[in-house]
Amino acid sequence: MPRLLLLAIIAAAALAAPFYFYSVTLMTIMCFVVFACSFNLLLGYTGLLCFGHAMFFGGAAYVTGYLLKTTSLSTELAVLAGGAAAGVLGALIGFLTMKRQGIQFAMITLAFSQFIYFVFLQAPFTGGEDGMQAIPRNALFGVVDITSNLTFYYVVLAITALCVFVYYRVVHSPYGEVLKAVRDNQPRVESLGLDPEKIKLVAFIISAAMAGIAGGMKATVYQFATLTDASWPISGEVILMTLLGGLGTLTGPVFGAAIIILLNDYLAGFGEWALVSQGVIFLVVIVFFRRGFVGELAAFKRYLARRSARHGTAAAPGAKTAEARG
Amino acid sequence: MFEGITSQLLFGQVLLGLINGSFYAMLSMGLAIIFGLMNVVNFTHGAQYMLGAFVAWLLLNFLGLGYWPSLVIAPLVVAVFGMVMERFLLRPLQNLDHLYGLLATYAVALIVEGLVRYQYGSTGLPYDNPIPGGINLGFMFLPYYRLWVVVFSIVTCVATWMLIEHTKLGAYLRAANEKPQIVEAFGINVPKMMTLTYGFGVGLAALSGVLAAPIYQVSPSMGSSLMIVVFAVVVIGGMGSIVGAAVTGYMLGVVEGLTKVFYPEAASVVIFLFMIVSLYLRPAGLFASKESV
Repeated sequence: MPRLLLLAIIAAAALAAPFYFYSVTLMTIMCFVVFACSFNLLLGYTGLLCFGHAMFFGGAAYVTGYLLKTTSLSTELAVLAGGAAAGVLGALIGFLTMKRQGIQFAMITLAFSQFIYFVFLQAPFTGGEDGMQAIPRNALFGVVDITSNLTFYYVVLAITALCVFVYYRVVHSPYGEVLKAVRDNQPRVESLGLDPEKIKLVAFIISAAMAGIAGGMKATVYQFATLTDASWPISGEVILMTLLGGLGTLTGPVFGAAIIILLNDYLAGFGEWALVSQGVIFLVVIVFFRRGFVGELAAFKRYLARRSARHGTAAAPGAKTAEARG
Repeated sequence: MFEGITSQLLFGQVLLGLINGSFYAMLSMGLAIIFGLMNVVNFTHGAQYMLGAFVAWLLLNFLGLGYWPSLVIAPLVVAVFGMVMERFLLRPLQNLDHLYGLLATYAVALIVEGLVRYQYGSTGLPYDNPIPGGINLGFMFLPYYRLWVVVFSIVTCVATWMLIEHTKLGAYLRAANEKPQIVEAFGINVPKMMTLTYGFGVGLAALSGVLAAPIYQVSPSMGSSLMIVVFAVVVIGGMGSIVGAAVTGYMLGVVEGLTKVFYPEAASVVIFLFMIVSLYLRPAGLFASKESV
């Protein structure tokens, strides 16, 4: 019951938020929440570090933008098409790289994303250095006008909620359990007769498609798509968001994305300090808080529970098992 | 089809390719050494290369030390920075998932690049050519400095290879790479060796940075994009293969140069295309032994 109540409060807050805060900032946060969720699915639950996730984000932004500019496709379908395109790209890249593990995978995906970046730089349809400007927000379902930021906020909110729900379902499905098993002990999964490479490939494709939806949304929020969206600092940023929120935690990406976007917003006027502060946060999280914001919070809660259990009745055996998974 | 291509252009680009290749080779060699011994992908490599160039620039402008002393001092300074970083940042992370080491080096790269950019802006700073002039070979003009870069980098790569393959220190290093516990049991201080190795790899990066200063401008972002290309080079050459890294570096530099002549549009992506093809055909890398897949 309290969980339902909590959900209701969050929903009410999300619905009321644009009346109190700048809606574009809120929408940016939501785009990156979806992006970070997609990344967490890969790194947090599958143990694959993709250092080029911006290629899906930025690539889909171009696809969505191009479709909206040249056709009369409705906005939600264009965003979906961006996600689908990113998924196809993910399938191609995953097919070539899935044999590599850990840090090699990181290097290769980084190189791939740089390749894609240069392709975008030279491809005629992206507008090169200038980016793709004046992307229209075509009517929702072909009928509802969504040109104002306030109405569009609710569209973004709906897509984000849907994506987070899908992410939640994937993580909590039997397939999600297999993913975690691959992360923790791949040979064991293989010995059970499953094909870890295929399992990881599917996770990679889902993650790429979701990152694509995030990118498509961003293109429609800002109504332009630029090379920055596909550049490797964005790949680094999404790693930071996920890590800061808490690897392999359900709600971590939400907090991570919100904190980093707000920080970037705040530091925008200070030039290079955004870069430096990101580096410093990265280091602090890596060295001291590897469980991330949500993970550390959960650990603290368990600690309190253990302590009160020790002070109340004798030892509570349940506390020990709850601690097993960090 | 290629009538319009003069020998001037062709050889010019091959030379340019060799120069780029010299940097690829030295940088990827350092990366491969660090990766081979420590299992750390050094994302700070690009920033350390940039630091090398910057230290040389600072030495010139504040202490009046020219190119030749800088060629020795700057790599040492940056290597010390690297060793401190290894000792106090990478070593505590060593027993965790390797991903944390990678991300920590990435974080340092962000900080270093951000600070340098804050202090000196993102425009390039000029660095005077220490060996002006050149020689006319008849079919092309060869600037002395570029010749020096190519020769010097080849000498450095060969010397590094000799050090690792033909000295006792190198033997320890290779052994520590394979079985650190056993090497430690022989009374060799493996952690200290790791610090020195990291310092050496970083020093190589800084040395390339000093070499690059007179050719390219000294700018905060000179390392980051180069580093990604070098990653691709290391992947193609086979992770941790030191010879593979160097040879692939020169080779791809020339390939890139030739692409500029025959199909300029593809010049920036040809190395990545190469990587994709080689991943498909030779997943372990061109020069890797089978086990390192």
